Amino acid sequence: MLAKTHKGTAVVTLPTNTQVMITREFDVPKHLIYKAWTTPTLIRRWWSANRGEVTIADVDLRVGGTWRWVMKTSQGFDVAFHGVYREIVPDERLVFTEVFEGMPGAEAVTTLRFTEHDGHTTLTMLVQHTCQEDRDAHVNSGMEAGMQDAMDLLELAVVSPSA
Amino acid sequence: MARAATTADAFNAVAEPRRREILDLLAEGELPVNDLVTQLGWAQPQVSKHLRVLRKVGLVDQRENGRQRMYRLNGRALKPIHDWIKNYERTWNERLDALDELAHALKTEE
Repeated sequence: MLAKTHKGTAVVTLPTNTQVMITREFDVPKHLIYKAWTTPTLIRRWWSANRGEVTIADVDLRVGGTWRWVMKTSQGFDVAFHGVYREIVPDERLVFTEVFEGMPGAEAVTTLRFTEHDGHTTLTMLVQHTCQEDRDAHVNSGMEAGMQDAMDLLELAVVSPSA
Repeated sequence: MARAATTADAFNAVAEPRRREILDLLAEGELPVNDLVTQLGWAQPQVSKHLRVLRKVGLVDQRENGRQRMYRLNGRALKPIHDWIKNYERTWNERLDALDELAHALKTEE
């Protein structure tokens, strides 16, 4: 719970009852991180974390534009998120709503901040939920319950994940 | 891990930002209550109130040292919280590792 940042490691903290904060440092300039977050062909290359395949990476990058990302896990089920872009400051800040389609009633607002110092980038991702129950369910699900289950199954089976 | 929303568990105790400030200070080592009051700059009753909550859920231990009350962090009580967010953290760790790898590839291409 105590906020600290390890370079190269994502750190998750719970700043308030309704928030989740993820912090991660990167050894590259911020425009590249921003680009990876906003370009469909690039989203396809990282968002599934090699645990499945990103099948949809729709990005309508304008205020009021929608996004929808779907990945098919190694176990064969879909994990889908969608939302609407609310604020877009290229290379600096991105605010969007976010609904995990497995929990359709719970809309969160995510704020991404990209800050650069000496060529290093700090990404902070603040997920604001509407109530603590939604926040807890979200974290408890491992974010994507299905994805977590798949990872656990893979570990149990001692099978290396499909690349 | 399923988590019950009660008012007396460690999750709720650390949800209060001021109590996290106390935990942050105690993370650096045991402190007498007077030092906590000085370093936090809050009124003594306020500090005592938050310490009571933290003690109740076992996040903080107290002992007498002469006339001073010493407080220290009980890391074991933080473990359920750590376990709870670990899975979530793992997902994002792997995802952002992949993003990191991609960003390095992009940097090379530039």
